[in-house]
Amino acid sequence: MKIKADTEICIGAGMCVLTAPEVFDQSEDDGTVVLLDPDPPAAQEAAVRRAVQLCPSGALSNS
Amino acid sequence: MTESAAGSVTFPTARESRFDPPAVLVRSAQENPIRPMTYADGHEGWLVTGFALARAVLADLRFSNLPDLAHSPISTQMGERRRKRRPGFFLGMDPPEHTRYRRLLTGQFTVRRMKRLEPWIETITAERLDAMELEGPPTDLVRSFALPIPSLVICELLGVPYSDRDRFQRDSRTLLRLDSTVEEAEAAINDLTDYLRDLVRHKRARPADDLISGMLEGGELNDEEMAGISVLLLVAGHETTANMIALGTFALLSNPSQLAAVRDDPSVTDSTVEELLRYLTIVHLGPIRCALEDVELGGQLIRAGQSVTISLSAANRDGERFEDPGTLDVTRPPSGHLSFGHGVHQCLGQQLARTEMSVAYPALLRRFPNLSLAIPPEEVPMRTNMAIYGVDRLPVTW
Repeated sequence: MKIKADTEICIGAGMCVLTAPEVFDQSEDDGTVVLLDPDPPAAQEAAVRRAVQLCPSGALSNS
Repeated sequence: MTESAAGSVTFPTARESRFDPPAVLVRSAQENPIRPMTYADGHEGWLVTGFALARAVLADLRFSNLPDLAHSPISTQMGERRRKRRPGFFLGMDPPEHTRYRRLLTGQFTVRRMKRLEPWIETITAERLDAMELEGPPTDLVRSFALPIPSLVICELLGVPYSDRDRFQRDSRTLLRLDSTVEEAEAAINDLTDYLRDLVRHKRARPADDLISGMLEGGELNDEEMAGISVLLLVAGHETTANMIALGTFALLSNPSQLAAVRDDPSVTDSTVEELLRYLTIVHLGPIRCALEDVELGGQLIRAGQSVTISLSAANRDGERFEDPGTLDVTRPPSGHLSFGHGVHQCLGQQLARTEMSVAYPALLRRFPNLSLAIPPEEVPMRTNMAIYGVDRLPVTW
């Protein structure tokens, strides 16, 4: 699974960090998403899908 | 909800029971997730109650949050009160203007930063519990616990003196009361803005280690913008969480087996917070958006200029989305609710609110394992006349 994060439209709500903390973090400066692992292992797949679905701004996508 | 010949309804506000949204709204979520609605001033707009459609509207930038575009579903007075645009008040802005302000703040409210506050919030909470114990039962939980915790926290974060709370809590109440006149609401927001503008000027001269000083350091914003932002953060930062703590405790006291689980099993704390947020949905009368262009949604055509009211309460009880939605189940696996909204305006302080609630409920129930209402439940005064739902008082004993 590959993830893309668009920091331009991210609003820093933190839902991804709350849902999949091993894959997502937030910048200390402006709170926007930081991708810790753009190609997460299968064990993270369910959490990542939920994070993508929960993202309020549509900044995350997976393929 | 009254229905006209054309199938248009008016917005229902009367609740049959204290923890549930009006039954017609909940039914609507499944039967008519989007339907025409007549607004207080006669405007013909829409009401969205279905979870999927509510989420879709809130995520769609073709729907504006500019206050002067929206009509009020409840009273013409509310509509009038909403209309003014205010500097720094980024909740009432659209991107890219909104983005500019929000970006200056999001770094301050990250998940990590809010988790770091946990020990400090635990200390504040323990101090309130000590004071309650010292004073002895009965007590009003709103006054002694639910309101002080988030007020102390947001004051400290922003750098607002807690000793000034009488002034800003009074103004907040006036702003959130649905029956405040246009003049009363205007006076309250002007007083709050004056107060915070003075504070901002003071901090420009003497910076401290707080959020307002930190934002001033960036040098991007003038005093009016800073005052507007501070009003928004101060009001949003204490009223909402205070009502969740008090109303959430009332809901748990009314569901003893759920209360026992929260008190005795730390592993359900996180799901309890999400479930109480979903079940109670204290932002119970909106939000309202305005279509900037024609939009097709759920088989309906929303015309440019039409208002759309989204019932978060109904969406969070949508049976299509949640199994057994009318049941409070603190072990329900969190799957996403709309209580903090959705889209670019989703609550900035949500991670702070989560931390405060996840500390407050278990700490209260563990300190007072026999906590109970001091008056019959039907006598608890509910905040039906406020933009944010909750209880006016919650007399408890132990």
